[in-house]
Order: sequence, then C-alpha cells, then structure tokens
Amino acid sequence: MPEVLVSLFVVFVLAMLIGFEVITKVPPTLHTPLMSGSNAISGITIIGALIVAGRGDTTLTSILGLLAVIFAMINVVGGFLVTDRMLQMFRRRPGEDK
Amino acid sequence: MAALIKLAYLAAAVLFILGLKRLSSPATARSGNFIASIGMLIAIVATLAFTGILTWQMIIIGMVVGSAIGAVFARTVKMTAMPQMVALLNGFGGGASALVAAAEFLSPSTDVGVGAPLYVNLTVGLSVLVGAVTFSGSLVAFGKLQELITGRPVTYPLQKTINGLILAAILGLVVWLVLEPENGAAFGSLAALAFLLGILSVIPIGGADMPVVISLLNSYSGVAAAMTGFVINNEGLIISGALVGASGLILTNIMCRAMNRSLANVLFGAFGAAAAEGPAAAAGDRSVRSISHEDAAMMLAYARQVVVVPGYGLAVAQAQHEVRELADLLEKRGVEVKYAIHPVAGRMPGHMNVLLAEANVPYDKLRDMDQINPEFERTDVALVIGANDVVNPAARNRPDSPLYGMPILDVDKSQNVIVLKRSMRPGFAGVDNDLFYNGKTSMLFGDAKDSVKKLIEEIKAL
Repeated sequence: MPEVLVSLFVVFVLAMLIGFEVITKVPPTLHTPLMSGSNAISGITIIGALIVAGRGDTTLTSILGLLAVIFAMINVVGGFLVTDRMLQMFRRRPGEDK
Repeated sequence: MAALIKLAYLAAAVLFILGLKRLSSPATARSGNFIASIGMLIAIVATLAFTGILTWQMIIIGMVVGSAIGAVFARTVKMTAMPQMVALLNGFGGGASALVAAAEFLSPSTDVGVGAPLYVNLTVGLSVLVGAVTFSGSLVAFGKLQELITGRPVTYPLQKTINGLILAAILGLVVWLVLEPENGAAFGSLAALAFLLGILSVIPIGGADMPVVISLLNSYSGVAAAMTGFVINNEGLIISGALVGASGLILTNIMCRAMNRSLANVLFGAFGAAAAEGPAAAAGDRSVRSISHEDAAMMLAYARQVVVVPGYGLAVAQAQHEVRELADLLEKRGVEVKYAIHPVAGRMPGHMNVLLAEANVPYDKLRDMDQINPEFERTDVALVIGANDVVNPAARNRPDSPLYGMPILDVDKSQNVIVLKRSMRPGFAGVDNDLFYNGKTSMLFGDAKDSVKKLIEEIKAL
C-alpha cells in the first residue's frame, strides 16, 4: 500500500472525527444555514479547479477546468452569501425590533 | 514554496473548523460564516500565488462568471426555495469535483492516467463516481423540489435490480481503470454510468423524503471534494471535504430518526407511491367539524396558551408574517404563544426556523419536538397551519400506517385543535389524518394566509 495514500487517509479519518464533534453541537434551529455554509466549504474543490484550469495543457482539459472553476465558484460565493443572508435574520435578539 | 502552500491550506482548514464551531449558537453564527469565508479566500489566494499558474484566461473567466452566478442566486433566492438552492449548490460542488478528476485523468502533464501508480487511478475513478452521482442526483432533487418534475416517486419494474447492476458495472470499470490506466473508453463509460446512477437513484424517492436526500447529497458533495483531494494529493481538500461529509451524515441521521425510517428504506422504499393511488377514498364517510373565523378567533383570544404548529403549507402560502402578527396580537392580550417545530417541518433540516426567523419571530419562542410535547396537555389551543403528517396520531396508534413509529407533535393532547387547511387532501406521505376527525378538532378551511388575516381582524374587533 503506498504510503502517500495511507497518510492522506489518516488525515481524512481524523478530519471526519473533528467534523462529528463540532457539528453535533449545532442546534436544529441552525441546520439550514449549516447545510448551506458547509456547502460553501465543500467548494474548496476550487483549489483543484484552479490548478487544472491554469495548467493550460490541452484544450479539452482547459475547458473542463473552466467549467470546474465556474461550478466551484458558484458553490463558494453562493454558499457563503446565502448563509450570511440567513444568519443575519437569526442575529436579531428577541424584542429588538419592537 | 510547497511548504508555504501547505501551511496556507492548513490555515484555511483551521478557519473552517473554527467557523463551524461558532455555528453552535445563533448569536455567534454569522461571525463563524465570515471566518470560514476568510479561510476560503486564503486557500484561493495561496493557490493562485504559489502553484505556478501558467495561463490565466480560463481562471479569470471562470471566477468572474461563477461568482456572478453565485451572487445572483444568493441574493434573489426566496427563503421558501432554500432546499432547491442547497440541492443545486450540492450539485455544482459534486460536478466541480468530478470535472477536476476528469481533467487530471486526461491531462498529459500529470502522473494520473497512463503510467500512473495503481492507487492514483483508483482515486480518480472513485472521485468521478461520487462527483457525478452528486451532480446528477442533485439536479433531480432540484427538479423535484422546484416541481419541474413530479414530486411523487417514479417507479418501474426491476428498478432496484437495474440500479444494482449499474453500480456493479461502475465498480467493475473502476477495477478495469486501475488495471489498465490508459483506457479512455473505460473512463468515459464510468463517468456516464455514474451520471445515470445519480438520476435513477433519486427519481424513486418521494417529496416527503427530500430532507433526507438533500442531507445525503450534501454529505456526498463533501466526500467528492475529499476524493479529489486524494487525486491531487492535497490535504486541504481532504480535511474540508471530510468536515462536510461528516456534517451531511449527521443531518441525514437526524432526518431519518425524525421520520423513524432507515436510510435504506428512504433510498429504496419509494415511500408514498402506493398511497398516492387512492388518497380520496381513504377519507371514507367520517365527518369533520368546520369552524368559522369568528369562533376560532374567540378560542384563541381567550386561551392561556396557544401553540402554533407550522408546516410546509404555511411556507407555501407565505403566511409566516401574518402568523407573527397574530401571535403579537395574542401576546398583547396576555396569551402565551409558542411555536412547535418538528424536525421535518420544512423541506430540509431547520427550514421552518429560517422561515420564521425571516418573519422576525424571536428564536427563543421556537421549541423542538422534545421540548414542546410535554406542554401540549397544558395548551388550550394548538393552531396547526399547513402541517399534516407530523401531527398524525396514526404514527402512535396505527401499526398498519406507513407513518407508524414516526415521532410526532402530540397536538391531539391539547384541549382544542384548530387546523388551517386548504382542503381535505392528504399530506406528502399520502396518508389520511385521524386528527381531523377528532372531536376536539375544528377545521378552518381556506388559504392559510387569508384565514390568518381574517383571524387577526376578528381578534382586533373583540
């Protein structure tokens, strides 16, 4: 078994455990913003998209890279902005608006 | 340089974790989201600055176009449409991961594909599989939620067998790809079959089960990003993807428990398909008691405690602002008003809370199912607005009902129940509701928004 793969797998498993620990503490009230926010985080695949799109080796891979950048940016920008829009509504303290 | 990039990605991952941690309270949540977005910014800037980008054309076009589309989505989407929005974002995330893996496979300048070590092609295959399934599955979920395609389960003979065979074929192709990395045809068929599997595995799932499906696809989108991290040997992607994968799994589990169903049952059960055939007949000749707006207003105005039970119908009617006005009016008269939120009250986890927050309902008035259920006995009026399956007592006392065993809000234990409903049509699960025929229950027929407006007028006139 290649060592690189194993050490990456170690990172994956430990990150999963941290994820479980942190996310079980999110109250049900915030589950929708949690989903849209974590969605934005999964847009981290933008890193891969940028690398692929910027390597400029063949036309085909450049087009795939372009599509990947567009998709990932929609995910990142859309995800963070819409989450912010929702959380803004939750920030209002009870009675503040009366 | 390589060390610097790795440190930047580590910083991003740490900021993601700290950001998610701040989501544990509504008061700190917004700053948490901001912290996570800073993490993303660091990751993007570090990638652009230090990875030796050769051509900028595609990157600039892609970033401008993607950001613009994302920003427009985020600003214009209605809060009722949030499940569709999240489904679509899941799809784009999964799609991006699959595209990156495909480009890595096809690129002549990487060590993936021809001549690559066995395990690299394994990760490429899995990455394309998960990414493509997430992409097409999310598009189908989006179509169902947006009602572009039927929300009812789509079933046909040998459905599970066909899906099973497709999955087996895909796994076979992954093995083939590992043994024969230069095989472009195997790669192409793998991508196409994975795309097909995403569609076929979501169409048999009914509208009521969408909260589970979106949560699961959310998890997949994270796993897809992590898989891509394995392909390009990048811990940043792996950590972030794993966080999202874990988050989606937790939500999937919560949703399944709230419906008392196993994940397998949701995915393969085609729930609601059979019941859809004869919903009207189930009503039989039992009679319901309907009530006038005037009488309903009296009951509410002279109650000590009113519990509002909002369901998806409230969101569809856009009545959340009126409901809040009604609650304010009642509170001025000294009535205690609370909101009972079932975990699957909306179309995705926590959806109803967002809709009520949008209408300025203070979040300390919202009660989870476990908190509110003991309170129904002390409640004078339970006001059910557009909720159906989540208040169906059949879940407690009819072992033959498809809902049996699902945890519900015990509204039938309160002194009186007023149900606001458009018609006697059954809920998403296609099951008739005994609550409506209960002696304590009065039905107030009509559009939820109109009805609540009339209640407000009547109470003002008292």
